[in-house]
Amino acid sequence: MANSGDKPAARNRESLWKDEFSIFQERERFVSRRQLIKFLTLTSLGMFVGNVWILFRSWMRRDSTFPRQEIARIGEIPVGGVKLFRYPNPKEQCLLVRTSEDNYVAYSQKCTHLSCAVYYSREDNQLICPCHNGRFSIRDGAVIQGPPTRALPHVILERKGQELIAIGMSGKLES
Amino acid sequence: MRRRTTALDGVAALLILLLMVQIWLLSATLDAYLAGHTDAALPGAICSGLIFVAVAGLYRFVQRLDRAR
Ligand code: FES
Repeated sequence: MANSGDKPAARNRESLWKDEFSIFQERERFVSRRQLIKFLTLTSLGMFVGNVWILFRSWMRRDSTFPRQEIARIGEIPVGGVKLFRYPNPKEQCLLVRTSEDNYVAYSQKCTHLSCAVYYSREDNQLICPCHNGRFSIRDGAVIQGPPTRALPHVILERKGQELIAIGMSGKLES
Repeated sequence: MRRRTTALDGVAALLILLLMVQIWLLSATLDAYLAGHTDAALPGAICSGLIFVAVAGLYRFVQRLDRAR
């Protein structure tokens, strides 16, 4: 009997509690869903802005022209030798390799993984990145092993008499 | 109340799906750009814009749902 008398009192206490803190679970869940939807909409806007930024950069790159720059004289470096130079601007370090008597190749020195400076290994005839042992082909700059996923940007060379001239680049310089 | 909650659940699920497509689009376009290909940038931006319009439409739908309460 005593128990049945307690029950209404407990119910009253509960309803009093609910009156003072008038938060209804259903409504609360409603708000958090709405916040999630708002957050998702903003995220979508952010990604759209990212895509527009890539488009803008692509247009800028298409318009950019490369300077003609004399980088070495024929015979200046021995077969298997390397010469460092900066191209297309003073901030970008590149390397020129004389792979055979008549053949020269040049690449950006920045590894496409995390921008460490690559070097030419004469024994392996490869461009090697010392940071994570990434290796690139000397023939076309393609990745042979390691974490890089993109080829090294290639400097396009032109031979004019006794001079080697850089006239452009293919691929993207790491920024 | 319950029907509105279900509608919101549906909208959130649809938004997550659209965002997954959009994030894939962004990473694919960025990867192509970093590899030196600029051709993917315009279609990527257009598709991303369309997805954003759809997402904004769903957001407006939720707002209208709230106003109708
Ligand atoms: S920075 Fe070159 S392999 Fe990591």
